[in-house]
Amino acid sequence: MKTLFDKIWDAHIVTEVKDGPTQLYIDRHYCHEVTSPQAFAGLRSRGLKVFRPEKTILTADHNIPTMDQDKPIRDEVSRFQVDTLAKNAQEFGLTYYGLGHPKNGIVHVIGPENGYTLPGMTIVCGDSHTSTHGAFGAIAFGIGTSEVEMVLASQCILQTRPKTMRITFRGKLNEGVTAKDMALYMISQLTTGGATGYFVEYTGEAVENLSMEGRMTLCNLSIEMGARGGMVAPDETTFAYLKGREFAPKGEKWDEAVAYWRTLKSDDDAVFDKEVVFDASQIKPMITYGTNPGMAMPIDGIIPEPENGDTASRISYEKALNYMGFKPGEKLEGKPVDYVFLGSCTNGRIEDFRMFANYVKGKKKADNITAWLVPGSWQVRKQIEAEGLDKILKEAGFELRQPGCSACLAMNDDKIPAGKYAVSTSNRNFEGRQGPGARTILAGPLVAAAAAVTGRITDPTK
Amino acid sequence: MEKFQTLTSTYVPLPIENVDTDQIIPARFLKATTREGFGNYLFADWRYDKSGNPNPDFVLNNPTYSGQILVAGKNFGSGSSREHAAWALAGYGFRVIVSSFFADIFKNNALNNGILPIVVSEDFLNDLFECVNKNPQATITVNLEEQTITNNENGRTESFEINAYKKECLLKGLDDIDFLLSNKDKIEAYEKNRIFNY
Ligand code: SF4
Repeated sequence: MKTLFDKIWDAHIVTEVKDGPTQLYIDRHYCHEVTSPQAFAGLRSRGLKVFRPEKTILTADHNIPTMDQDKPIRDEVSRFQVDTLAKNAQEFGLTYYGLGHPKNGIVHVIGPENGYTLPGMTIVCGDSHTSTHGAFGAIAFGIGTSEVEMVLASQCILQTRPKTMRITFRGKLNEGVTAKDMALYMISQLTTGGATGYFVEYTGEAVENLSMEGRMTLCNLSIEMGARGGMVAPDETTFAYLKGREFAPKGEKWDEAVAYWRTLKSDDDAVFDKEVVFDASQIKPMITYGTNPGMAMPIDGIIPEPENGDTASRISYEKALNYMGFKPGEKLEGKPVDYVFLGSCTNGRIEDFRMFANYVKGKKKADNITAWLVPGSWQVRKQIEAEGLDKILKEAGFELRQPGCSACLAMNDDKIPAGKYAVSTSNRNFEGRQGPGARTILAGPLVAAAAAVTGRITDPTK
Repeated sequence: MEKFQTLTSTYVPLPIENVDTDQIIPARFLKATTREGFGNYLFADWRYDKSGNPNPDFVLNNPTYSGQILVAGKNFGSGSSREHAAWALAGYGFRVIVSSFFADIFKNNALNNGILPIVVSEDFLNDLFECVNKNPQATITVNLEEQTITNNENGRTESFEINAYKKECLLKGLDDIDFLLSNKDKIEAYEKNRIFNY
């Protein structure tokens, strides 16, 4: 009778506040430099220690350069923020993977690859894309800084139980269609607020067939339709990915864990508050044309006319197209672009680099394109080198940068200049997200690769 | 945290939908390590032009409108979990945000900083936009105890929802950490008895 979500949530209830939220126990807490300093300051001013220091992992990722990481960070304010994280780690006795550390990288990339993220866990981080970790069958969601302080102080958080939604992708994906395309398709159908108040479970043949990397991409984007988080029930793919990872259980503990994890799936008679079904075979490579991830269409599509909604909707739609320099009725396929960004916690994992490299192999980067290829972590970068992908990329005229969030939020120097078009594998095409005035077209790694070698928006399946 | 009971104020209209947290406070302002000063950068990319001069077309630069209440289009606060968005709104002086729909994380962040997010019907919202258009001095009254919001131009009132615990916190000016810390024994008991330990 229980959903996967119910099983994990119920196993983490410390107590229910009368007429209020649930006090939920947190198994894993990830922290980065941008949303944590005020939380640590809060602890200090209350004279508190970190309650369970072994459950919190720190990394620097949002505000770091992607070149010359062996040198001090040039931007003084950024450097101070990263140094503050290192100091907080030391003062409060927490594990910290700083710049250049072999385990450093984007928080949502390093958690899974080191085996810190496990099925059945509750996982939080002061970052909305914490939903990524749901790919392992965990309840993972983003929190604000006050909540970061709560977790540090008590290993708990107060949350109202969300409603549950099941999204089923029936059938198989077509060749050249990726998890990113599934996600953009889904958000375009449900809109950016379509899953607000819900926790989503993804099921169906197309989801089961995804690798862990693909599942992470799909869960990562759950937040872009407003969902509290997204999850996939753990299965053999999950166990195979986790086995042998440094901080995953070992020996007898592993067997015990797997036995428990096998129970983590929605019962056949479980009831969801909402059910949505998509046909995976209908999905084409997707791109966005506006300033939120819901404004997405098939790559060969035509920008729709505004709906006859109320004034606020019309103003917002016109504002978005105006910002992008697009018009309703326009086709984007074939349109020249200026930048290509491969990276972020959405598409900065090894599989994304494999897809990109495989596509550009034997081709050349277009002259009009500036390409930023930013691995999600040092381990991803090592793997790229181990597989010889770096050579393929180099021959095609591409260079690898050092890991970090980079142009995904453009807090460092990796800013797309005003008015320029960027095909980006990241997750947000908001106004100014990739730099003031930057025009972002979100897409998967294959569409990014096709744009990088043709200099235009190009369908990689053609 | 400051207590909240009732508030009557003029209001600032922002009839735009899907105002995301990157608009409320752009990422390049997130380098600070304290909670202060974010009010100056609230809606920075809409509020200032490239050289940092106030953009006269943006509502916060229009002296006709002022007040401690922001009235915004549907799906306010989507996107990033940055609490800096709430700090910027509070720092600027807003204590209430009215919309027909809020993103989840933003709602929590607002409440944790003494800002009350109020969900009203689309109709009520459009009515507020129209009233302030006609009369920039129009006011709204919010009564947290009664959970009501009133458009004082026409007396129209709606009740709004807030969970009883959060309401108590706001009325008394308490925060969640106080509550959690008073609960340590329960946390330890939970750790001992859980079914599967990580
Ligand atoms: S890559 Fe982008 S979305 Fe992911 S954690 Fe970094 S800034 Fe956030």
